Amino acid sequence: MLLVPCPWCGPRDETEFRYGGSAGVAYPADPDAVDDATWAEYLFMRDNPRGPFDERWCHIAGCRRWFVARRDTLTNEFLA
Amino acid sequence: MNQSDDRAQHPRRLWRHPEPKSSYDVVIVGGGGHGLAAAYYLARNHGITDVAVVERGWLAGGNIARNTAVIRSNYLWDESAAIYEHSLKLWETLAAELDYDLLFSQRGVMNLAHNVGEVREGQRRVNANRLNGIDAEWLRPEDILEVCPIVNLAPDVRYPVLGATFQPRGGIAKHDHVAWGYARAADALGVDLIEGAEVTAFELDGDRVSGVVTTRGRIASGRVAIVAAGHASIVAGMAGIRLPLQSHPLQALVSELLEPVHPCVVMSNAVHVYVSQAHKGELVLGAGIDSYNGYGQRGSFHIIEQQLAAAVELFPIFARAHVLRTWAGIVDVAPDASPIIGLTPIRGLYLNCGWGTGGFKATPASGWVLAHTVANDVPHELNRPYGLDRFTTGALIDEHGAAGVAH
Repeated sequence: MLLVPCPWCGPRDETEFRYGGSAGVAYPADPDAVDDATWAEYLFMRDNPRGPFDERWCHIAGCRRWFVARRDTLTNEFLA
Repeated sequence: MNQSDDRAQHPRRLWRHPEPKSSYDVVIVGGGGHGLAAAYYLARNHGITDVAVVERGWLAGGNIARNTAVIRSNYLWDESAAIYEHSLKLWETLAAELDYDLLFSQRGVMNLAHNVGEVREGQRRVNANRLNGIDAEWLRPEDILEVCPIVNLAPDVRYPVLGATFQPRGGIAKHDHVAWGYARAADALGVDLIEGAEVTAFELDGDRVSGVVTTRGRIASGRVAIVAAGHASIVAGMAGIRLPLQSHPLQALVSELLEPVHPCVVMSNAVHVYVSQAHKGELVLGAGIDSYNGYGQRGSFHIIEQQLAAAVELFPIFARAHVLRTWAGIVDVAPDASPIIGLTPIRGLYLNCGWGTGGFKATPASGWVLAHTVANDVPHELNRPYGLDRFTTGALIDEHGAAGVAH
């Protein structure tokens, strides 16, 4: 089980968290102006690296706040 | 079996181990079940035998060696039913065709319903399956006991069993034998199986692929197929192609060897477990994916704890069985839980990925349609709906409802 570093509560068991996937996926600034390909990129296309990955977690059984952590997807080591 | 027979059957001796040539008509990146099946059908169905399968590790060491070997075609949507039923029909004659015992056993697959919503969904799926010519039955609790007497039908458990869908033609096979059978047959038709060759770059000529660079040298080829499962995003990324995939660990486990006690395959979406018993006697259990992205081929223990709790509630008879071994494979999950098979923006470069948690059962059809796609540079009728463009057009094939857990 991962030990997830909540920035407010400290390291806690993975079962207290909900995973939120890739961080930094920005909603289109002008949604009325974007084409289908841009929507597809926003909705579906995602980084999927083997190595360091910026990802979102929500501490649902704790402080209930979202945060971004950096984890190596191969070793599961939290980097930041 | 005497010693010489044993050596002859060792997988290292079932195919040649050639040095890679400097060029091939077709290069398949990934020597798992799907890649080997595609190589075999390229040779057998299309007469294209100048084919290399390049594999960074050893043949059939990825998800084909890590799945739970469940075979079924009881999918909800027409597109899925068509390709998985094609696969099941190929399974039914595959051992004879490959002349290799696959231990294919059509012992039936049962999907349990634990609440009124699941009962309605299951009955809808039975009807959808029948309309697509797929064998499907709705079982009441008393019918379940006739098929699988060890399921706990007590009404006072947390998730009581209210009914089940049943596909009698579903079942299991011996996964390693499937890969080895395809590898041996492809090799016999002239396909070169190149192990220990990791692709590190693609070579492009304008908008066309012209070859791959591997750790065993450069290989020129005008047609390259990426069949890299959990690593599809990494390999496709080398060609500048971005995919809507996320790679997750998917865990499975086996018990110690037991006397035959479990006659079919039982799956439950609601409590997240599925169980069969291998020919050798192990109970084979799987669950859902670990939530986080990962390439580590291992997962978190609480997933195993939850799947075993569910298994013991469904099958109290398993309470004293011991876990022998657990492991994980890396599965490439698409947003609609359906595969991506087809052309790419780079001419001559083809994709077969996104099988996620359900690829084993599809191995024959996956190879069949990819071979057709590569040979003709157009998708087969069965994989036309599965192009990468569906994420732009919105024509998704949303199978999460029919396959809420891994399978």
